[in-house]
Amino acid sequence: MSNIALTEAVFYILLSLVEPLHGYGIMQNVEKLSGGRVRLAAGTLYGAINTLLEKCWITALTGEKDSRKKEYLITEKGREVLNEEILRLQELLDNGKKVLEGKTNEKNG
Amino acid sequence: MRKTVKKMFWAWDFDKEEAWLNEMAAKGLSLVSVGFCRYDFEETLPGEYGVRIELLEKVVTDPESEKYIEFIESTGAEHVGTWLRWVYFRKKKTDGDFELFSDIASRIKHLTRIMNFILVLAVANLLIGTGNTINGIINVPEIAFLPMINIVLGLFAMWGYFKLSKKRKKLKSEQNIFE
Repeated sequence: MSNIALTEAVFYILLSLVEPLHGYGIMQNVEKLSGGRVRLAAGTLYGAINTLLEKCWITALTGEKDSRKKEYLITEKGREVLNEEILRLQELLDNGKKVLEGKTNEKNG
Repeated sequence: MRKTVKKMFWAWDFDKEEAWLNEMAAKGLSLVSVGFCRYDFEETLPGEYGVRIELLEKVVTDPESEKYIEFIESTGAEHVGTWLRWVYFRKKKTDGDFELFSDIASRIKHLTRIMNFILVLAVANLLIGTGNTINGIINVPEIAFLPMINIVLGLFAMWGYFKLSKKRKKLKSEQNIFE
């Protein structure tokens, strides 16, 4: 798999879809998860959902004819991508802390 | 009470149009329908609604467009009108500002769509204008100036295109460091 970073929107959409949600549910969940910081706009979300469906990282649950209530769920492939991204973010976090805290210590010492 | 305002915006000034519609909404006049250079408003509470406009990828009657509009509506927005491929949405601001795009990539995508739309119109006007001018000079010189209107419009649209292209360039350089 590629080691290209996911966008913040895609990361949170995938994370939200570990349980079935419809579009508006994703928007609400992302806002809640991020403590109100990330507010997905509907047009951006629509584009992201379609791209994720094409990539088979998420799937549309059948049974609901009304597209307004269509629910989505993460796939196995989506979970893999998410796990890899978490590893990548962990690396960023670790290195960031290591370097910056290291420098602070030098100054203090 | 309803109020109709006649006003014209060029396609490349869509953000000015949007800003104007939001100013009206802030004053308590919220958009309820649109037509050619025509905007109908209803009286609402000042600042009750936010308004956004978008150029759709396909014509409004296309199933893809219908699906898209349905999706936007499912998030609490109201589809107030359509003019050609332009759609107008409004949404109550109770749960924060109303936006259609929340990242640079989708803003660039929308800008590109508008630029292509303008480019087609510009090129068509330039071709028709040039063809008819040459034809006119040969056959009916006394009215050969008429198709020049197409040329002027075409050149004007090209200018609009480059205006948006500058805007897109700025967004793209932002994208080098931000999402």
